[in-house]
Amino acid sequence: MTLSPGTRVRARLADPDHHTRLPAYVRGQTGEVVEAAGQWPLPDDRARGIRPPRVETVYSVRFPAAALWGSGTHWVVVDLWESYLEEDMP
Amino acid sequence: MGADHAGHPAAVRVRQLEEQVIAAGLATDAELDATLARLYAHASPLNGSRIVARAWADPGYAARLLADGNAAAAELGFDTGHPGSGYRLKVVPNTPGTHNMIVCTLCSCYPVSLLGPSPSWYKSLAYRSRAVREPRAVLAEFGLRLPSGTQIVVWDASAENRFLVLPARPPGTDGLAEEELAALVTRDGLIGTAAV
Repeated sequence: MTLSPGTRVRARLADPDHHTRLPAYVRGQTGEVVEAAGQWPLPDDRARGIRPPRVETVYSVRFPAAALWGSGTHWVVVDLWESYLEEDMP
Repeated sequence: MGADHAGHPAAVRVRQLEEQVIAAGLATDAELDATLARLYAHASPLNGSRIVARAWADPGYAARLLADGNAAAAELGFDTGHPGSGYRLKVVPNTPGTHNMIVCTLCSCYPVSLLGPSPSWYKSLAYRSRAVREPRAVLAEFGLRLPSGTQIVVWDASAENRFLVLPARPPGTDGLAEEELAALVTRDGLIGTAAV
């Protein structure tokens, strides 16, 4: 999966019982890829001692405040590993 | 380590964690001490200020800084790429219509070497939860009241991707030398909770 800037994506609703860097406040929310932010080991694998951990592209994804909180005009940009995301098919 | 904090309850927990790490063979006491010593030896917001001042003074440097924060920091002698503790440095520029602000909602990720040890409020639950939800109100509490038309962008950091705000150059500073410009920049300006 390669996501170019502007691609609409949805953060997964997963609620794993292990460590993850997918913040609860964006789960299930739709945002837009700002840019790819490098390739990094998946924190979920590292925290569970899985060796070698999966290495994935991390994407900076921006979410509109109104979608996250029901109000506000700001953007929140969150860095999300590829497996936290799915393309948002309209 | 951290003898000055030895009596603090958190220090006891940290020491227990260190002992588990050492017992598991992941690192030695000396390695942990050396890592912290290296991290804090030159960590200061003066480093971030120098980067900002150079960017204000040199448009070519500013362009390189926005394209590749790590490489531009290295030009000034700041190494952000230590094996095992390296990270991508992303510099986000304030413009007349946009104001950037940094938070780490899940913990307290922060470019320590460029900004110095993070302030306690940066690690507080209040800042971490409110910055993403009501940044305009949080900024007002810091004394920064932005025009209602200013677009606020909040960047939620991770250990792998950390941010530095490039404040807008204040008006009336055209004649200043780079060192004088650097003296205008504050740590809070680099986090985005102050204008400069």
